[in-house]
Amino acid sequence: MSASALFIAVFLACAVEAVEALTIVLAAGTARDWRSAITGLFAGLLTLAVIVAALGPAVSSIPLSGLRLFVGGLLLVFGLQWLRKAILRASGNKALHDEAQIFQTELVAARTAPPEHRAGVADWYAFTLAFKGVVLEGLEVVFIALTFGSNQHDIPLAAAAAAAAVLLVALAGVAVRAPLARVPENSMKFVVGIMLTAFGLFWGAEGAGAHWPGSDAALLVIIPAVGLYALAMVALFRQPASPAAVPAATATSEGDTRP
Amino acid sequence: MTARIRAFGAFWYDFVIGDDWRVAAGVTVAFTLTYLLSRTTGIATWWIAPLAVVTLLPLSIRRAARPTTT
Repeated sequence: MSASALFIAVFLACAVEAVEALTIVLAAGTARDWRSAITGLFAGLLTLAVIVAALGPAVSSIPLSGLRLFVGGLLLVFGLQWLRKAILRASGNKALHDEAQIFQTELVAARTAPPEHRAGVADWYAFTLAFKGVVLEGLEVVFIALTFGSNQHDIPLAAAAAAAAVLLVALAGVAVRAPLARVPENSMKFVVGIMLTAFGLFWGAEGAGAHWPGSDAALLVIIPAVGLYALAMVALFRQPASPAAVPAATATSEGDTRP
Repeated sequence: MTARIRAFGAFWYDFVIGDDWRVAAGVTVAFTLTYLLSRTTGIATWWIAPLAVVTLLPLSIRRAARPTTT
């Protein structure tokens, strides 16, 4: 159960962030300069690799109870953020995440910026747009993969899930050469929010010294319980108006770069 | 330089704390309480964090939904 839950949580989190990063890189390449955008993409991936190399051993060296308390707390805060936004979107209180709309917004912004040659890069705007997109979207995934992997003593499985998701999204992006608007991103974010909240609860409480009834089997109750509670919240806060009536651009109006 | 430090701090605040600082504060209080009660008493403490989630989530959603509902 834990291994499959670990794989699903990391895969879904990584896939949704990869879809968002792909949208930004596509916008930078389409509107500006492909070579600069791809250079920014690889520079971003390199930065994330350096962060993983630096944080990986540090995370692994923390004693398990301390790690679970610290990581559980952070995962629970992250999970509640994801879940809160997912519930707001599902209940019609917030615009659904729309990659096609975001792509158009990024395209307009990219086309109006003046060209600038800097540090050997033909188009600095395209480079920084792609770089920031990859690093910002990737940072949370790095954290999720590292913490899930280290807590479950299975970093290779977490890394495999992350790599599989990125590869799948990258291949799909190359194939369609357009934002992956058909990916059920909002539903995937809902599931990731449930998983992060459930694992954050479990590990955080264990790290703080609590003993769950049934030990690890408690997760079999916690995950569906969090899911049912989230669905109840959607029903409780559901708005009668169509969420499509709210422009997708408002989704970024409250600093909503993540999740 | 000050602007860069401020931007760096704002990035990490947004990354870790997010849109609602009360959620992060509530989670911290819940785990601190779990830790203290687990160390000093023999009572079961596993229910504290779930109770915090059950309380914090609807309050945070209600705060976020309020501008569009009024």
